[in-house]
Amino acid sequence: MSIPNDLKYTKSHEWVRLEDDGTATIGITQHAQELLGDMVFVETPKVGRKLKQGEECAVVESVKAAADVYAPIAGEVAAVNPDLESAPEKINQDAYAAWLFKLKSVNAADLANLLDYAAYQKILESEENQ
Amino acid sequence: MLIFEHSRPGRRNYSQSPAAAEIVGIPQNLMRKVPPLLPEVSEMDAVRHYTRLSQKNFSIDTQFYPLGSCTMKYNPRACNSLAMLPQFLARHPRAPESTGQGFLACMYELQEILKDVTGMAGVCLTPMAGAQGELIGIAMIRAYHESRGDSARTEIIVPDAAHGTNPATAVMCGYKVVEIATDKEGDVDMEALKAAVGPQTAGLMLTNPSTLGVFEKNVAEMSKLVHEAGGLLYYDGANLNAILGKVKPGDMGFDVIHINLHKTFSTPHGGGGPGSAPVGVAPRLLPFMPVPVVGSDNGMYRWLTEKDIPQTIGRLSAHMGNAGVLLRAYVYVRLLGAEGMHRVAEFAALNANYLMAEMSKAGFEIAYPTRRASHEFIVTLKELKEKTGITAMNVAKRLLDKGYHAPTIYFPLLVPECMLIEPAETESRETLDAFVAAMKEIMEEAHNQPELVKNAPHTTPVRRLDDVKAARELDLTWKQV
Repeated sequence: MSIPNDLKYTKSHEWVRLEDDGTATIGITQHAQELLGDMVFVETPKVGRKLKQGEECAVVESVKAAADVYAPIAGEVAAVNPDLESAPEKINQDAYAAWLFKLKSVNAADLANLLDYAAYQKILESEENQ
Repeated sequence: MLIFEHSRPGRRNYSQSPAAAEIVGIPQNLMRKVPPLLPEVSEMDAVRHYTRLSQKNFSIDTQFYPLGSCTMKYNPRACNSLAMLPQFLARHPRAPESTGQGFLACMYELQEILKDVTGMAGVCLTPMAGAQGELIGIAMIRAYHESRGDSARTEIIVPDAAHGTNPATAVMCGYKVVEIATDKEGDVDMEALKAAVGPQTAGLMLTNPSTLGVFEKNVAEMSKLVHEAGGLLYYDGANLNAILGKVKPGDMGFDVIHINLHKTFSTPHGGGGPGSAPVGVAPRLLPFMPVPVVGSDNGMYRWLTEKDIPQTIGRLSAHMGNAGVLLRAYVYVRLLGAEGMHRVAEFAALNANYLMAEMSKAGFEIAYPTRRASHEFIVTLKELKEKTGITAMNVAKRLLDKGYHAPTIYFPLLVPECMLIEPAETESRETLDAFVAAMKEIMEEAHNQPELVKNAPHTTPVRRLDDVKAARELDLTWKQV
C-alpha cells in the first residue's frame, strides 16, 4: 500500500501536510478511500470555522457509506478544495492530491502527536490482521 | 419503458364508453390553464405495463430472498385477506367509536399481545415506521429526564454496530452521540461502555441480537451499568424475530422499545407497503406515551387522548398510524398464538445456524465463528477479494443470475467485504442447500472465470447498474417540469 512518508497521519485515516507558509493541508488516506469505495459526495467545512483537534468537520460519502472526517489538529479553516463538489472521484484517483481543506493558525507542535509513516503503517497492518 | 411513453393525447381507460357529459359552471379563474402531466393510456395498456414490470421484478413470491426481514419476509395471504375485509376497508378513521368497536378491539388486543410478548407495560401502535418509533422512544426518554428536572443528561450512547438511524435519532432529539466500539467477539466493548457511562448519560440505544447477528451476552450487566448511572435503555427491535417469545426486552431491563412489524410480524414493506413500528414502554415511561392509544372501559373500546395522558409527548400521525399494516400484524399474531411465536424464533434461528454451518463447510469465512447465529450471520469475502479481486458486490450480482436475491452487503461496515445473510423462518432446507450450492459455484467461478462474476448479472432484465453515476448525477424525474 502506498503511504507517502512525508505526511502525518491519524488513527481515523486522515493525512496532514504542514506547508511552508505555516498552513496545514488535510485529506483522507488511500486506505480510507479504498475502504469507502467510489465517492459520490464530499461536504467540506465552512471557511473561517475554528476547529478543535478531533472535531467532526467534514463528511465523505461513497456508494457504500458516509464517513465523518475529524480535524487532525486545531486551526481555522483557510480554504476548501473547490474541485471536490463536482468531482468527488478525485479522492479515489489520488487521495493524497485531492485534499479536503487547509487550516491556518495551526500550532506546528500539535503535529508531533500524530502518527508518522511507520506508525500509521503499523496500524493498517494490525487492522488487516483483525 | 415508462408509462408516460405509452401516453397518447385523449386516450382514456374508458375510451369505449359513451362520451361523458361536460361539467359546466366551474368559474373560469378556477380552471387550470395547462392540462396535468398525467399519462394518457387505455386500461389495457396500463394493466400490461404494470404486469410486465412486476414480471421483471425479483420478489419474495418468486425467489429466495436472504435479505431477510430487513426488507420483507413472506406475507401470509390470510393476513392480507382478513385485513381487507370490507368492514375494515370502508371504516372512516373519524367514524364514531361506537361504530368502530370491531377495529378498536383488534387494536386493543394487538397492544395487549405485544405487551405480553415484549414484557413492556404499555404499547402505542401509531408510529408509522421504525425511524419514527426510535424518535418517539428517545423523545420519551428526554421527557422523562426533563420531568425530573434532570437537565444535565446530554448524551446518548450508541454502539458502532448500530443501524445509522440510532445516532440520527439521538441527534434529532438534541443529544450528543457517544459511539462505543465492538469487541473481537462481536459484543459491545464493556470497558468502553464503562468509560462512557456517567451522570451526563441520558440513555443507551441497543439492538439485541445486534446487527452482527449475535446476542449481546452482557446485556444484563449493560442494563445495570446504565440504570445505576441514571440513564435509560432503548431497545431497537430490528432483530426481535430471533428471540420472539423466548426472551423479553422488558426482562432484559429495557425502558422503551420499538418493534418493526414487517421484520417480526410479517407485514408488507420495502416498496410493498408502508411501515409500522409500535413502541412499548416500561412503567416509568407510561405517562409520556404518544396518543392515541386504545383503552377499554367496561368492554367498550375508546381512544385515549391528551385528556387521559396529560404528559404525553403528543401525536405522531393522523388517526391510528398505518391501520392496515397493524391489522395484518394482528391477524398474524392471532394465527400464530403464543406457541407459534416461539416457533418463529426457533425456525429463524435454526435456519440461520444451519445455513451458517453449511456455508462454513463450503469454505466461506464466517465473521464471528465462535458465536451462535441469532437469525442472521455474517460472511466475509475479504480473502476472496485479496486472491481474485472479486468483491462482495460482484458475488451479490452473480447470485441474481443463479435465481437468488442477494443478501445485504457492506453492512455492518465493521466487517470488510461482508454479506449479512438472513434466511428467515419460512424457508425449507432444500432452498437453503440450493443457495449454498449457488454460492459454491460462484466461489469456483471467481477463481476460474472471474470476468463472468465481475460482469454479472447476465440474465436479468437490466444488467449491472451504474450506482456511482446514479448517486453522483441524481435524476429523479422523467421530465423537467
